[in-house]
Amino acid sequence: MIEQIDLSQVNWARAQFALTAMYHWIFVPLTLGLSFLLAFFHTTYVKTGNEEWKRLTKFWMTIFGINFAIGVATGIILEFQFGTNWSNYSWMVGDIFGAPLAIEGIFAFFLEATFFAVMFFGWNRVSKGFHLFSTWMVAIGSNLSALWILVANGWMQYPIGMQFNPDSARFEMQNFWEVLFSPYAVSKFTHATSSSFQLACLFVVGISSWYLLKERHQLMAKRSIAVASVFGILASGYVAFTGDESAYTAAQKQPMKLAAMEGLYDGEKSAPIIAMGIVNNAKIAGDNQDPFIFDVKIPGLLSLLSNRDLDSFVPGINDFVFGNKEQGIIGADQRIANGKIAITNLKAYKDAKKNGDSGKAEMALVEFNKYQNDLGYGYLNKPTDVVPPVATTFYAFHIMVILGTIFPLVFLLFLIFIKKGTLHSQRWLLNLGLFCLPLGWVASQAGWVVAEVGRQPWAIVGLLPVSVSNTNLTTGTVQTSFFIFLALFTMLLLAEIKIMLTQIKNGPEENEI
Amino acid sequence: MIGQLDLSTLQHIWWIIASLVGSLFLFLTFVQGGQTLLLTLASGDDEKSLVVNSLGTKWEITFTTLVLFGGALFAAFPKFYSTSFGGAYWVWMLILFTFIIQAVSYEYRKKPDNLLGTTVYDVFLFINGSVGILLIGAAVGTFFTGSAFVLNDFNQVTWQTPLRGIEAAFSLFNLSMGLFLVFNARTLGGMYLVNNIDHDVLTEKCRRSVWINFLVSLPFLLYVLVSLLVMKGFAINPETGEVFMQKGKYLMNLLGCPTTLILLLIGLILVSYGVVVTYVQRKDHGIWFGGIGTVLVGLAIFFLAAFNNTPFYPSTADLQSSLSIANASSSHYTLTAMTYVALAVPFVLGYIAYVWKLMNAKKLTLSDVRSDDKAY
Repeated sequence: MIEQIDLSQVNWARAQFALTAMYHWIFVPLTLGLSFLLAFFHTTYVKTGNEEWKRLTKFWMTIFGINFAIGVATGIILEFQFGTNWSNYSWMVGDIFGAPLAIEGIFAFFLEATFFAVMFFGWNRVSKGFHLFSTWMVAIGSNLSALWILVANGWMQYPIGMQFNPDSARFEMQNFWEVLFSPYAVSKFTHATSSSFQLACLFVVGISSWYLLKERHQLMAKRSIAVASVFGILASGYVAFTGDESAYTAAQKQPMKLAAMEGLYDGEKSAPIIAMGIVNNAKIAGDNQDPFIFDVKIPGLLSLLSNRDLDSFVPGINDFVFGNKEQGIIGADQRIANGKIAITNLKAYKDAKKNGDSGKAEMALVEFNKYQNDLGYGYLNKPTDVVPPVATTFYAFHIMVILGTIFPLVFLLFLIFIKKGTLHSQRWLLNLGLFCLPLGWVASQAGWVVAEVGRQPWAIVGLLPVSVSNTNLTTGTVQTSFFIFLALFTMLLLAEIKIMLTQIKNGPEENEI
Repeated sequence: MIGQLDLSTLQHIWWIIASLVGSLFLFLTFVQGGQTLLLTLASGDDEKSLVVNSLGTKWEITFTTLVLFGGALFAAFPKFYSTSFGGAYWVWMLILFTFIIQAVSYEYRKKPDNLLGTTVYDVFLFINGSVGILLIGAAVGTFFTGSAFVLNDFNQVTWQTPLRGIEAAFSLFNLSMGLFLVFNARTLGGMYLVNNIDHDVLTEKCRRSVWINFLVSLPFLLYVLVSLLVMKGFAINPETGEVFMQKGKYLMNLLGCPTTLILLLIGLILVSYGVVVTYVQRKDHGIWFGGIGTVLVGLAIFFLAAFNNTPFYPSTADLQSSLSIANASSSHYTLTAMTYVALAVPFVLGYIAYVWKLMNAKKLTLSDVRSDDKAY
């Protein structure tokens, strides 16, 4: 039988994945957005032939390179960690999950890797046109690699296009296009990339603001701000649109996550959105406590967001744990019972096959097929196991949304004062720009916390809990590798920050632009 | 056409594709070999800068090829991916660590305020080129010597040794495979630098180093080859699917698949000819013979391990847990879909070759490095 491994080992493995993924995601969004900004800067240089645009491009390229290197370093571990720490997961869904990772390598990583060298060292080695083409290829390649990994992630959130094969005891792909064009994959990709553009624009605006505050490299700073704030506003519009789409998709395909995002325990019609609130940490599914110590609600908005209908019913956490007959929702208690029957029959099927008893095997398979949709639930212990950590998901979601609403206003203010020509004297705004620089990361990381913490307890939603996805390792082994990663990545991050700060302090070149 | 292929054909095609990617990686380890030359051959800042900047436009392609190798195995042979990476945990972790420290080293080594100092980053590059390649070689060696794992009915792996994969490096065969790859990488590294750098003193040193490293690699190669010919191998009974030990199995594979034998022989001749071109004839294009030769030898090794009813990832702890291309592969549907995707591979190779040609059209000189503010 699939052995449930020591929970603390699972938690260390989860911590390790969270650690490596969050470190990686410090560098990736900047790469995704800055690569396009570089392409814009470089294009302007090639079009105008103005050497100052070249210097500007080269400056941001240096910053890009420092960031890119550590992005690559932290990325390789993610590709292999599915195997090292989550080998059961890799086997159970490798037939579907492996494909986008391989495609990512073929279609995206090589574009990045090949043209990156041309972008950096091609100034005097290739034609101007091909050089510019290479810069664009780096931007497109980076964003394409985001596409494939997000297709894979989208599938974990909403598994489609596959079927369980009892003989191989794994899920097998039935329809590649369903996996690729899953609504979840589309909303993940568009939301993650556009919010990364936003982050990179905040980064460029923040550093340029610092130059203006220090009255250095002013022309470069203003030009950078002009491009970044326009791109930032456009990206922000897209972030809002795709964010709404992501929430709608979650409501339709992963309603438990949506309930956790809003701390909604009892489903209701005309459900409100919590504009802000303090979660009651003592609250448990099924008890009578108020989920919030304090909250500000906007009536009906959650129903509108979830179903595009102000009066519609939005199911809550309790509905999924205990069931809701009126709404036709089967509770986790029932599904766990079904899952256990499925597991027993799968085992019986395998045993009968091994013993050559085809009649018995056939019977077990029929029973298994009846309950196989709840197979994953059979590995859970109690109904409340299906509830993700509510407070973390709630806060992360609200921090992300609040920041995401502020950012476009910041870009707009910068654009207005650039137009007026008085930006350099608006010290409050420049300070605000600098202040917002790290907030881009806060929002971006919070977004991933919503996506991944809100997915718990599942590795593949509804099919495979994390507790049976991992490798048969001792807790000590996973702890050791966790701390090695922590030490190594922290050291590299410190090196990266030091190098970057020095490059920024030194500015584009000695000559003032 | 692709849609009509049967499962066994697809499994063979995907082993060939994965082998090709793996073999191209072995060729591209000239980057790693070159990195070790940085400490043992280049003297002074100028020579070091030339070596690093010459390799600096290529290291990411090697890195990406390794990642693709992992990705292709995941997609095509997920049971190998889950068994080997989850089982031989520490050996893969160590390999990954050496690539993590490589990835930052080019960019950071010369930057002001880089926390660790240039020497440490150069040591990182050396570790990647030596330990990293050695362990990869040892891991490839286990295709023939086996690993101690057991799979249960649900294909969950239980590794039988606490060292979790590191024990692979304690076998003389695996170690020889690893050391052969290390010195072959150094040979290729020298060939590449000769091809790409315009600096008389340095290239002269590289030519000599190509010769010496080639000579050093030979005993290890010889040990691997002779062992392969005489050792007991893992075999699959095609009737029952049962795995058993067979005397002279790999010799039989060589004789049974003449293609493999021809690939191996031509590969070895080409690598040797590359050395002759570089060291004896004092020419600069030896890397192409050395590189293509390495790819062919790599293909021969991978084919030897997996074709002709041979389990490519055998288990010494439980023979019947051994993985073959037949029992470790993805489903028919996934392999078919991925085969369509693989049609893009020649296109990718095409643009890599084109960009390579453009970037290496002119040799790298000291003044190039000095005048480039992006230089590593």
